[in-house]
Amino acid sequence: MNVIDLAWWKLALTAILVLLLAATIYLGRLGMTRSLLIAAVRTAVQLSLIGLVLEALFASGSPVWVLLMAVVMLLVAGREVMARQNRRLRGPWAFGLGTGAMFISSFTVTVFLLAVVIGPQPWYEPQYAIPLLGMILGNAMTGIALCLDRLTETIWRQRAVIESRLMLGQPWREAVGDIRRDAMRSGMMPSINAMAAAGIVSLPGMMTGQILAGSPPGVAVKYQIMVMFAITVGSGFGSVMAVAWGSRRLFDDRERLRLDRLTLPR
Amino acid sequence: MEEKPGGLALENVAVGALSAVSLCVAPGEVVCLSGPSGAGKSRLLRAVADIEAHTGVIRLAGEDQTSMPAHLWRRRVMMVPADSQWWFDSVGEHFPGVLPGDELAALGFGPDVDGWSVSRLSTGERQRLALLRALVLKPNVLLLDEPTSNLDAERVRTTERWLLERIRERRIAVLWVAHDPEQIRRVADRHVRLVGAGVEVVHERD
Repeated sequence: MNVIDLAWWKLALTAILVLLLAATIYLGRLGMTRSLLIAAVRTAVQLSLIGLVLEALFASGSPVWVLLMAVVMLLVAGREVMARQNRRLRGPWAFGLGTGAMFISSFTVTVFLLAVVIGPQPWYEPQYAIPLLGMILGNAMTGIALCLDRLTETIWRQRAVIESRLMLGQPWREAVGDIRRDAMRSGMMPSINAMAAAGIVSLPGMMTGQILAGSPPGVAVKYQIMVMFAITVGSGFGSVMAVAWGSRRLFDDRERLRLDRLTLPR
Repeated sequence: MEEKPGGLALENVAVGALSAVSLCVAPGEVVCLSGPSGAGKSRLLRAVADIEAHTGVIRLAGEDQTSMPAHLWRRRVMMVPADSQWWFDSVGEHFPGVLPGDELAALGFGPDVDGWSVSRLSTGERQRLALLRALVLKPNVLLLDEPTSNLDAERVRTTERWLLERIRERRIAVLWVAHDPEQIRRVADRHVRLVGAGVEVVHERD
């Protein structure tokens, strides 16, 4: 495997393209210049930093550091899920529910891939563990955030309908049945779309990267299929848990709708 | 106001501004509930249906509200709110099984209402169909929150008659929130008014 290293000055050439775009937008008064530049700087800084972290991590190879890194990733993802909710659950639930769902689904799937499917030595080998966890966690984060947001938002909007259905003697699960299905669909749609479009509309990033790095396409494809399945399973089970716990939390033991357990929208 | 066998009993129920509502409704009896707006009539009904948190004791036929799962309680003690809600596209989907044709006719609907789109219904039609939707589930108690508020005078009378017939025939205990003194005179076996924190009996029919 021989990869052509990129010289920093060549990377700067791509940055010039971004500046060119920014200048065009600015002159055309299209109003995205600021966010574009900020995002471009963020991506350069964040990725450079994570590059340093990963180099250090790979060099040490210690399970403690791998675990620490995984926990940091989980907490950041948990915060992100919370930040994307328009109406959050009150109290520790806001952070705990999404983070818990992500932890159980993503960590289980990642450990399964490492220990059973790929089998590096040792199984927590950071070169495999961290990128895999990153991809699975990132997608689970998107799925869970979408599905929780849809769940709480729809329940809020349809409170009169839900209460009417409760008044007719429907169990709470039935009264929010279609809302739960709807939220589940929101959570799973991105990964299902990605699987459906893979190879035809888009060449997935991981496979592309592996091929650029010199892997035979046959191997890259197998990894990509594995990762797509893992991503779908991770965000799918994560969404199942988020929908189950989230909707349960919005009813009390007398099956009353408890919208007071949601915060006001920001 | 003694608790009748098979009836609904409220003892010191507190919800919102109401702190001590005690009341009994016998099977087949209609108790009309009135009071200034904001007095808590709807909230009281919601508490009886256990949709809203409250304190005090509520019993049906001697069985405590808390002794059974909430949805089973609501199956027996059914509230029909003032503004009816519809969530499927067609009317028929909101009903278990086939809509009873004779009941539809009594309410002034043809048998084809089953396939009607809900968006086609007027507010008054929704209100009458919501009453039917509750009645076909055969509750023991009905909690009606201004059940005829969106109907014209003619429909008010036919709907009242239809409701009273079913109430007598199935011996349903009814708490009926009403404003119109004429309606209260027509339908109520007893009329209680919310005053301050509790209720007072205005009129009792012997």
